[in-house]
Amino acid sequence: MSKVRVLVGTRKGAFILTADGKRQNWEISGPHFAGWEMYHVKGSTVDPNRIYASQCSGWFGQIIQRSDDGGKTWIQPGTPPGEQKGPGGMPKGESNKFVYDTSAETGKPLTTHMWYDGTQHPWEFKRVWHLEPSPADPDTVYAGIEDAGLFRSTDGGQNWKELSGLRGHDSGAGWQPGAGGMCLHTVILDPKDPNRIYIAISAAGAFRTDDGGTTWKPINKGLYSQYIPNPTAEVGHCVHHVAMNSARPGVLFMQKHWDVMRSDNSGDSWTEVSGNLPTDFGFVIDVHAHEPETIYVVPIKSDGEHFPLDGKLRVYRSKTGGNEWEELAKGLPERDCYVNVLRDAMAVDSLDKCGVYFGTTGGQVYASADAGNNWAPIAEHLPAVLSVEVQTLA
Amino acid sequence: MIRVVLPGHLRTLAHVSSEVQLEIVGPVTQRSVLDALEAQYPMLRGTIRDHVTHERRPFLRFFACEEDYSLEPPDTPLPEKVASGAEPLLIIGAIAGG
Repeated sequence: MSKVRVLVGTRKGAFILTADGKRQNWEISGPHFAGWEMYHVKGSTVDPNRIYASQCSGWFGQIIQRSDDGGKTWIQPGTPPGEQKGPGGMPKGESNKFVYDTSAETGKPLTTHMWYDGTQHPWEFKRVWHLEPSPADPDTVYAGIEDAGLFRSTDGGQNWKELSGLRGHDSGAGWQPGAGGMCLHTVILDPKDPNRIYIAISAAGAFRTDDGGTTWKPINKGLYSQYIPNPTAEVGHCVHHVAMNSARPGVLFMQKHWDVMRSDNSGDSWTEVSGNLPTDFGFVIDVHAHEPETIYVVPIKSDGEHFPLDGKLRVYRSKTGGNEWEELAKGLPERDCYVNVLRDAMAVDSLDKCGVYFGTTGGQVYASADAGNNWAPIAEHLPAVLSVEVQTLA
Repeated sequence: MIRVVLPGHLRTLAHVSSEVQLEIVGPVTQRSVLDALEAQYPMLRGTIRDHVTHERRPFLRFFACEEDYSLEPPDTPLPEKVASGAEPLLIIGAIAGG
């Protein structure tokens, strides 16, 4: 029988929730890495036992963790117990070493970006926001980091190399951090074209490469952000999240700071599909596993009030790829709910019926085993949830 | 033998339950202690000082013999009591009040 594993990153550790295909009875393991901020935990689709985790702390910086047994045990890649030292006592790998590329070979020794006050500011590594395992190779994984950059490891997370063509884009010196920092938070690997990658940065916008990461183009045409000097600028948009159904990789859905958008041409242009949403501010967006026109968002009141409208936590679903939205409320809090749902905190499983999951800053993880019609909490008292990912296991 | 006391989270990362002991040849300084610590416990690289610049992470402090050595240059000798192993070097995570 199928099984589902939900990987939850929180402000104070990671949790793994498992259930059988009925998705009614859940077991919770954790906290893993108790006390650490777990920005993102994600498993490989090629080898579901392979899970990568971003562990970080304001005190101790960044750690990368990897499990090869479905989350039962973890190692820092390159430093497994008993094999910590290479020749000369040096570590075999430096899994937490993210050093921006300033090499002459790339010709793009970009060293500064725009700061909040309009001056130039050095690019400084702060943390890994998102880990995206390759759909083809369990040892290949991408990391989206703050300050915005994209790194790749091809040895299971031991060593990381920047795809510096992104940061070296002509617009790079003009990128500016959003309120949450200048994070590269979304990494989407095209399952049909290994050379095509989409990323999104707050607050630079979305970018696409068609040559495996060597060159990048901004894909923000059609976005309108009235809070920036040029509302239709090529870059500078605060994109919160982008989602894709892997069966239809040319179609993208975006939750921007305000506005829900869609693109039918791989990001070349976008149209607004906020339609009848009660507010189109929000962070998460995701796509049904089997119905590529069915999408989910969690409307949040505003950028000044990061909680649901009227204290009612609601998911909104569109079965028409946007514009026409229906409220999903069964099983969700009806009143006095003032949590947020952060950008990487929604995911879907691939069972039939499609399961939908999201986590809140109040420490609840909600699940629906029927594509959103009915919801129930599967964990209620966790630390603030930063990320939710789902693995559907045979 | 040099003694180093790590913050709890770093003890967990290093798989040690109490203070660690390091063999150091030559002057006992912040730099030589951290070099030895990272060689013996490579999983700690990047958690106490930056990988490249070797600057101390801002929320960590180095205490010994009831004195704060955090702002001393990295090659300044640590107290004799640390060099002799009579006293440990304490690596402390800054404590936020509340």
